[in-house]
Amino acid sequence: MFDDFFIRALVAGIGIALVTGPLGCFVVWRRLSYFGDTLAHSALLGVTIAYTLDFNIAVAIFITSSIIALILVKLERKTNLPGDALLGLLAHSSLAVGLVFIGFLTFIRFDIMGLLFGDILAVTTDDLLIIWIGGAIILLVLKLIWKPLFASTVNYELAEAEGLNPNRAKAIFTILIAAIIAISIKMVGLLLITGLLIIPTAMARNISDNPHKMVIFSIIGGLLSVFLGLFSSLEFNTPSGPSIVAAALILFIISLFKIKQTIQLKN
Amino acid sequence: MSLEKNILVKLNNVGIQQNGKWLVKGVSLEVEKGKIVTLIGPNGSGKSTTAKIALGIYKNIEGNVEKLTNNIGYVPQKISIDWTLPLRVKDFMVLTDNIKDELIDEALSLTGVIHLKEKNLGNLSGGEFQRVLLARAISKKPELLVLDEPVQGVDFTGEIALYELIKKISEKLNCGILLISHDLHTVMSATDHVVCLNGHVCCSGSPKDVARNNEYKALFGEQASQTLSVYEHKHDHEHSVDGKIKKN
Repeated sequence: MFDDFFIRALVAGIGIALVTGPLGCFVVWRRLSYFGDTLAHSALLGVTIAYTLDFNIAVAIFITSSIIALILVKLERKTNLPGDALLGLLAHSSLAVGLVFIGFLTFIRFDIMGLLFGDILAVTTDDLLIIWIGGAIILLVLKLIWKPLFASTVNYELAEAEGLNPNRAKAIFTILIAAIIAISIKMVGLLLITGLLIIPTAMARNISDNPHKMVIFSIIGGLLSVFLGLFSSLEFNTPSGPSIVAAALILFIISLFKIKQTIQLKN
Repeated sequence: MSLEKNILVKLNNVGIQQNGKWLVKGVSLEVEKGKIVTLIGPNGSGKSTTAKIALGIYKNIEGNVEKLTNNIGYVPQKISIDWTLPLRVKDFMVLTDNIKDELIDEALSLTGVIHLKEKNLGNLSGGEFQRVLLARAISKKPELLVLDEPVQGVDFTGEIALYELIKKISEKLNCGILLISHDLHTVMSATDHVVCLNGHVCCSGSPKDVARNNEYKALFGEQASQTLSVYEHKHDHEHSVDGKIKKN
């Protein structure tokens, strides 16, 4: 069944969209989109390490992204620089270092475009396993930390005062973002992963009045984006990542019209 | 000893510094089961800070806090809900605990905002939101309630009704209450113990003792000591939030 590359890409995309939906909601609610970007950029470094040491790419990305997240936390405490400056510093320096490394790896034929923008041809049966098992673990962990994470997203002090341990939930959530980046990089590419995290969620925000609805619409939006994106990628021979994110954008624009309608109805 | 007196939280000579400046220093107090402790003091005197220390929100403090319960309801002084997060009142009610629907309805009815259950939090007025905050804190039937200016923005009659409600809750649940109020007029008759703060504990004792205290008079003026007398007020009817008269 998984002989066909397109079926593989589709199955991979479904697995990824199921996870990016709920994670994306927290990324938007907690205002972490640039944080997601930074981790995604640092993934390139992980890829070069994986190639150099002949290591699994997803695992290498997961480890480097987690380390970058830790460095960010340390820098936030030790310097007086604002958060966005630190994020920019880490995002671009890790991207630059990654690209410099690639320059040295002349002995390996490198598909840099595929890495940056995703490549459906690259999804193997092993990747499917990583995506579905990894995705299931991410969702399970997210379910376990949901209460403290959600409560501290609404109000940190309430969560802390009423004994929910929000700091632990936040740390675990950071690791989950590193994990979703690691498993989705082949499909979406490292420049556009945050797009898949936040654009379907932004669409969902436009049409939801409560958090659960927003999570569900976000998942549906992600799934639709993956379907539309992959079919057009196949049809027009475009890279998969941009096609998926462009499809998400179209859904977002449609959701804006929905708002306009309801406003008109109210008047 | 803690067991005999049913102490819920005890602050031993606590203080906290920020940027080399003491926010509060040398505060000792305890809240027992069924008792209401009220913190008063001018702006910036460290009332909210003291409450947050008691709740364990601040980590690097001087002195120590003995927290003997984990079942706590908290109404913070300031809370802003981000518009990116769509949240209805009923979603907010189960924020920190999975509370049964009947208990949610009961709490919302007690604070007079049951009709707002399906409404979005962003569309509430300040007073309505304050009632929802209070309902959320009491719905989990906590052992310790920490209320930081719980009636701010609530209209005057509502204020009285909510203070009566707080008193009722403390009796019914037999919980301890740490109450913060900047409004000396409404320090309730039910308060067992008043702690007057101004960076440190100025004076403390029963409401009457504090009102007679010279340091207190110096801090708030002579007139204030008259207003901090017992608040007793009776109506033969009360109003629900939408203005309808409810017979007692």
